[in-house]
This record gives sequence, structure tokens and C-alpha cells, in this order.
Amino acid sequence: MNSPLKPAENQALQQQQWIGASVPRPNGRRLVEGAAIYIDDIQLPRMANIFFLRSPYASARITKIDYHAALSSKGVIAIYTGEDIQRLVAPMVATLAHFVGMKAMPQPCLAVDQVFWQGEPVLAIVADSRRHAEDAALHVTVDYQELPVVVDMETALDPATHVIHPQLGDNLCFTRKVDTENYDQIAAQADLVLERTFRFPRHTGVCLEGRSVIGDFSSGDQKLTIYISHQAPHMIQDCYARLLGLSESAVRVICKDIGGSYGIKTHVYGDELATCAISMDLKRPVKFIADRAESFLSDIHSRDHRVKMRMAFQRDGTLLGIDLEDLLAIGPYSVYPRTSVVEGNQIVNITGQWYSHKAYRATMFNVFTNMGIYSNYRAVGHPVAVGVTEGMIDAAARELKIDPIALRRKNLLKDGAFPCTTPSGAKFESMTHHLCLDQIMQMMDLSKLRQEQSELRKKGIYRGIGIISMIEITNPSALFYGIGGARISAQDGCTVRMDPAGGIVVANGTGEQGQGTETIFAQIAADGIGVHLSNVKVVTGDTDSTPYGGGTWASRGAGVGGEATWQAARALRQNILTLAGVVLERSAQILDIRQDQVVDLNTNEILISLAELGRIAYFRPDTLGSYQAELCVTRHFVPKAFPFTFTNGALACHLEVDVETGFIKLLKFWAVEDCGTILNQQLVDEQMRGGLVQGIGPTLYEQCLYDERGQMLNGNMADYLVPMAFEMPDIEIGHVHNPTKTTELGAKGAGEAGTAGAPGAIMNALNDALQPFAVEMFDMPFTPDKVLRSLGKI
Amino acid sequence: MPTIPIRFKLNGQQVEAVVEPRLHVIDFLREEYELSSPRVGCEHGVCGACTIRVDGQIVRGCLMLGVQLDGAEVQTLEGLNASSEIADLQKAFHERNSMQCGYCTAGMLLTSQDYLQKNESCSRTGLREHLSGNYCRCTGYEAIIDAVMNVASQRGKKIIQQEEV
Repeated sequence: MNSPLKPAENQALQQQQWIGASVPRPNGRRLVEGAAIYIDDIQLPRMANIFFLRSPYASARITKIDYHAALSSKGVIAIYTGEDIQRLVAPMVATLAHFVGMKAMPQPCLAVDQVFWQGEPVLAIVADSRRHAEDAALHVTVDYQELPVVVDMETALDPATHVIHPQLGDNLCFTRKVDTENYDQIAAQADLVLERTFRFPRHTGVCLEGRSVIGDFSSGDQKLTIYISHQAPHMIQDCYARLLGLSESAVRVICKDIGGSYGIKTHVYGDELATCAISMDLKRPVKFIADRAESFLSDIHSRDHRVKMRMAFQRDGTLLGIDLEDLLAIGPYSVYPRTSVVEGNQIVNITGQWYSHKAYRATMFNVFTNMGIYSNYRAVGHPVAVGVTEGMIDAAARELKIDPIALRRKNLLKDGAFPCTTPSGAKFESMTHHLCLDQIMQMMDLSKLRQEQSELRKKGIYRGIGIISMIEITNPSALFYGIGGARISAQDGCTVRMDPAGGIVVANGTGEQGQGTETIFAQIAADGIGVHLSNVKVVTGDTDSTPYGGGTWASRGAGVGGEATWQAARALRQNILTLAGVVLERSAQILDIRQDQVVDLNTNEILISLAELGRIAYFRPDTLGSYQAELCVTRHFVPKAFPFTFTNGALACHLEVDVETGFIKLLKFWAVEDCGTILNQQLVDEQMRGGLVQGIGPTLYEQCLYDERGQMLNGNMADYLVPMAFEMPDIEIGHVHNPTKTTELGAKGAGEAGTAGAPGAIMNALNDALQPFAVEMFDMPFTPDKVLRSLGKI
Repeated sequence: MPTIPIRFKLNGQQVEAVVEPRLHVIDFLREEYELSSPRVGCEHGVCGACTIRVDGQIVRGCLMLGVQLDGAEVQTLEGLNASSEIADLQKAFHERNSMQCGYCTAGMLLTSQDYLQKNESCSRTGLREHLSGNYCRCTGYEAIIDAVMNVASQRGKKIIQQEEV
């Protein structure tokens, strides 16, 4: 029998709390040993490899495919055309009912008769190795007849422009308007109506691990196992089962370590789906790994907006109304199953909504082009919504000669004025914009920076300071996709069980792509039950062994998957206490679990260990009379009180512009965000930093450049520039703690705020730096040549 | 396709192999020896995920041919795990969460160790420059810089505070 703890230890017991502690990720050790398992590390018996021959043209009719000579090339197993694949798998149609009026063509996995973008897969060559499949491609002839190409969003809707899919009538995929119907009237009374045009470049995610999949069809079991580098295993299970004509239970999806995803890996890609169809056809495992060149051409691209923005103000700075028109260029198809219109839809829903105003009018046009396929990427729509809003606020401050912080303070929704519904219809639970601004100003010592700025200007050194306020959609409810008919789960399930030795196993439908999701689930379960973190094992990424869940998108891991974990852990704790009550012949009401032991709630006296309870429950249940222990509990959670839980924050950028070379040097970034309950501060901070740097990329460097024939000009890492260590600034992070009341845990998402806010902060800092030259820049990325052009130097 | 016999030392062990002349080191090591810590990232020498050590120098496995390893001494992170040469760096990476998805991590560790070995005086700017051939898409780099600079201090390097720009 254990003796009672000494008082000092008792105190430590009571203070034990894993939630909030910056514990290192238990699953991080294998990463620093280089022992992570990505798809390319998996070798299966008889596994074949695919090379997809892709279209070199953006728009062309396929007039001939001759692969006869390739069939006898060394190692070749089979070759499939688009028509062959179409016999094995249904095409994808990505429209959703809540995007009223949207149009899209069914997308075949491989091109059939016609190609619509450069990089579209045309032929699947299956061989014993990728090398041999590529060798065989040299013996393939594909003849194309080039067709007109649509690459300019500005003219895509002109009657004279080639219609990419004549069946759809025009190149308009989707248009939507949100209108309070009083903008013109309000603007007529305004003292200032400011108008600016913003551009956000088309860019992509550049995951270091390319998209990767192994389809492993067992003809004996008639079951398909899919190893895939993906963020949403259950979604893949559902989509692949339906498109391949299998039952849901015949498809198992396994996601092991994922080498970067950022939204790129939430979609169904034709080449990946075809890989599984071919595995079924050949009845053997088949692997496809996208190399870097094909990643640039076949991963989804995102952004690509031209936004005309108007804001109406009173002379005293009061914001009256917002009017925007967003034109954005998607690819030739809507990407399955999330579509290609969510980005624009978010923008009309949220632009400017964190400022009080009376009139709101937002229109967006999603147009088809013959550029790469397009869909959701980290912080969907937010960099644009935040960027145009905050760019306008600073431009108005310059125009009205009001301090930009003062202008924000005047118009930002008051911290106490929640919940509220905004003119666009967005529902906000609770926000802390003013607190965040207070904190960021304190962190950055603004007055000192301003003083330094004015002194340096005299020496011809031009520094700028940009501050923004922002919001971010997290914890999405079923109103995000489910309402439109998408079979994408907004709910997450979590099973928590206690094994005979007292170990806790957590199985969650949402998994890990490096954010630390498994770690926070372990922390939540440890506290929810009362055990040491090292006693919790987390299982994710396998549809056979985890409850149904939505996976990673819209910053939902902590708030939704985490809440399901909490609910399950609390329920298991109760069951353990009930069991302990039976064993100890005491009321469970006066028992607690602390540090893996059942203790007396009041005295902390250790009464029995979880290991002993496990032994009794599993091996000597005969001693429990009629009582049946239940040490495995599943709980599900879905947000219902609000469609989304919005987070908020403030970001600040300090930079220097070399007016002779046009180079912009980032000196420092500050970020304050309110993600509610912080589960692990180090992990939250690193989400902020990593997200912020992904926002810096397309603001300064990244852009998918296309020529008029729809050829991507910089589809390699040497020409497509992503942020590198040398250019990146240190980033200081602060937090405001305002837990959501929609869950017991109170956690909101944190993964996308940095990406959402960085472009606006950099733009404002740049325009602040350029004030002595009386020029403004709104056309991202802000490359040196554009800076010099703005300054009239070239 | 003709093949060429080579002999080299791999993570301390003498090995012999027969390689196709066109085969890159990264594919050769991953496929022939199942050494998975060096990763294929770009295959054109930009991202640094395939970094390994050849004769004491860090090189990109995608820019070197397998046949060039003849007579060389080759180390991958697997070898460094076994020798514990960078156990302090790995511990620092883990504690500071300097890896998220982990794909760049082996290359980052080897390049960081290269920086620490070559510099008695270390600075954040110098380290950032040294790591600028290794892409990380997750962390934003700061956690990596923090971890390596911590190890620089622990190893008794002279730490140069950053000069103002």
C-alpha cells in the first residue's frame, strides 16, 4: 500500500498542469534523428512507380498519343491514357450548393482529348522504378493542336475572349455579392471616399515533401490501403471510395509523417486518385511522388487577386462604408471537393468587418483561366481581406492626416461590444483588438522607432513602420462545407482509453503535419484525466483506428479536435473514478486522479494507482461483482454556437527600403494574437512565426509567373523565391488571453494568423517608408524593380 | 545501362557497390542503403534537404553522382546519430521546436554543425547566412537560429551580438 504523500509533494501534485506548458513534442525526437517516415520512405513488395507525362501546353487538343514503343522500354509495366483512367474512376465535379450559381466542369484525373493547363497529366507510365518510367516517356509521342489561351483575368469575361469550357457559356465560375444596399447613399454624405487598387500574386505552397501517395489494393481482401501525404484522411477515404466505386469500409487511409502541407494537401488531385485506380487495376501497390518541377505545375495555386477597394470616411476619421470588387483568377477547373471559390467567398464575408461601419458592398468574380489549378491555401482569403482593409486604413490616415493607430482605435470594434453581427453578416463571439494594439505598441516601443525613423531620413535612410489589426476564421462549424453538400466533417471524434498498466491511448480523427497537434492532444488528455504526459500515447492519421474527424483545415485542430479530446478524457476520468469507487468501496465523489494515482479529493492520500485499477478491470473483473468497467470512451465535438470562432490580433513590421536598389530589408516583426486558451505556448508561437514567414513570401518574393501562352516561367526553386533564413527577421510574439466560451477548453485556432496578417503589415510599413517620396505601393510582390519604378528611378 | 564499381566508407563502414553512372548520390543512398534521413526536396541543388557529408564537407546529394563517392568517406544523419556527434544540437532542436514537419531537419542539422565547426565566433546573422541554402517552409527559421546559437554558447563559442543594420 502506498503511503500518503508528504505535504510539499501534495502541493506539487495540485499544481500539475500540462495544458499551457511549453513541453517539447514527444514525436519530435524521431524528426531530429531523421527517422520520420514520409511516403517515399515506404517500400512495399511488388510496388510499381508512376511517372505522369504532363501537358507542355496550357490549352490544346490532343490529336495523337503513341506510346507503343514505350511499352517495351525497360521495366515498364503498363501505360494508361486519360480515357483508360476514365474507365476506372469517375471524374470530379467540384460545386457546392451554398455557392449559389457556381459552375464547373467535371475534371478527369488525366486529360481526355483536350488539355486545359500546362502540367495537366496526360499519360501515366507505370514501371518498376520512377527512373524507368521516365526513360520510357522518351519513347512516347503526343501531338497537340494549340488552342487559344486565357491567362488575363481582366479580359477573361470579355465576349471576345476564348471560352475555356463552351458548355459553361462563359469563363465565370462564381460571382457573389454581399450588399447592405446603402453604400452609395452613405458615400454621398462622406467627407472622403478613398479608392485604391490592390494586387495579390498567384503563388503556391512549396511543401518540401511533394504530394505523395501509394495505392495498395489487395485483391484478396478487395480493400484499398492508401498511404498519402495529406491533411484530411477521412475526407480522402470518403472521396476515393465514392470515385473509385468502393465501399467506405473497403478504403483505409494512412497518413504518417507529412513533409509540409499548408492547405496544399487538403485536396483531391487527379494524379493521386489515378495512382490508386491503377493500383486497383494492376492489383499491386503503386507509388507516385510529385517531383519539384511537377509540384510547381500541378499543386494548387492560390490568391491571384485584383481588388478595387473604396472606403468612405467622415473628416474626423469615422469609417462609414466599405465597397470592394474582387476579381480573381482560378484555374480551368474547380478543385475537388472544396471547390476553388472559398478564397473569394471568405473575402466578401470578412473584409473590414472588424471595423464598425454602416454600409458594406462586396462583389467578387471568380474567373476560369488556363493557369494552374487553384484552391485553398493557408489563411484562405485572409491575406487579401486583411491586406486591403489595413492598406486602406493607413492610406486614409495619410489622407486625413490622422495617426494610423488613432484611426484604428476610433473605428475598431470595441473590446466589450460582443457578441455582434457585422454588416456582412459575420458573427463574432468576442474580440480584443484594443488590448492587442496596447500590447504590441508596448512591445515595439513605437515612439522610439518613430524618432529613429525621422533621424535616419535626414541621412537618406528610409525606414517604415506598419501596424495592422486583423481577424482569422478558426473552429469552423458545418456551415463551412457540410451545408453545401460537401462530405467534409466539421466534427472531430476522439477515443481515449486506459490500458491495463494505466497507460492512456488517445486516438483522434485529426492529425499532425508538424504543428504539434499530437502533443497538445496528449497535454489535454494528461490534464483531463490526471496523468503524466509521458503516460499518454497519441494515435492519428489512420482511418481504421481513429474516430471520424475532419483533419486539418481552417485552424481547427486545437479548438475542435482538442475539445473532443478534452471531452473524452473527462468522461474516461469519471469512469476510472467510478471503477475506483467500486474497488475501494468509497463514493467516487470524494476521489480524484492526480499523477496517475487515485487520491482522496480532500487529503490527497494516495488510494490506488491507475495501473492497479487497470489490472483489476482487465484481469480480475470477477472481483467487481456485477459492475462492468468501461475504460474506453469516445466523444465527438462540433462547434454549434457560432458558425466560426474568429480570433484576432495585431501585427507590426519594421523595414528599410534601399531607394537606390529597391531592396526591402525586414528589420523586425511583432505579433500579438488572441487564440484563447493557450495549450502550448511554444507551439503557438512557432505557428505564428512560421505562418508569418509564409505571409512574407508572397508579399516580397513569391509569384507564379505566366506568359501569354500560359507557360509558367519560374517553376523551379531557383527562380521561384521563397523566404530563406538570411532575409527573415526575428519575430517577437505576445498573447492576449480571451478564451472562447463555445468550448470547455476555450482554445481558438492559431495556425493561419501570421499568414493572414503579414502582407498588410509589410505593405503599410513600405508605404510609411516611402512617405517622403509621396508614393504608395499596393501591387504585391513588392520586388525591387517595382519599388524603383514607383520611385521613378527606372 | 553500364555500371561502375565503387568502394567508399559509409557512416564508418567500408562498402562496395555497383552504380549506374547517372544515379545521383541522394537516390543511391536512399535506395541502395535505405538511408532515409537525407530527403529529396528539389533535385536541383537549391533546398538543402538532401545535405550529407562527404570527406568532411557538406554537399547536396542531388548535385553529385553516386560514382563520385568512390574512395570517399560519407556520413549521413544516421551516422551522426550513432556517433552522438551532434546529440547536443539535436536536443536543442527538439527542445526549441526547431522542426515542424521535419523534412528539412537532417539538412539543417548537418549545415548547422558545419557552421559550428567552421566558426569560433558565432552570430545570428552569420548563422542565417550559412543556413540560407537550406529551405524550411514551416518554422520561419527563428527557432532553428535560437537552437544553434544556444549550442554555440554551450560549446564555448564566442557569441557576437548582432550589429545594427
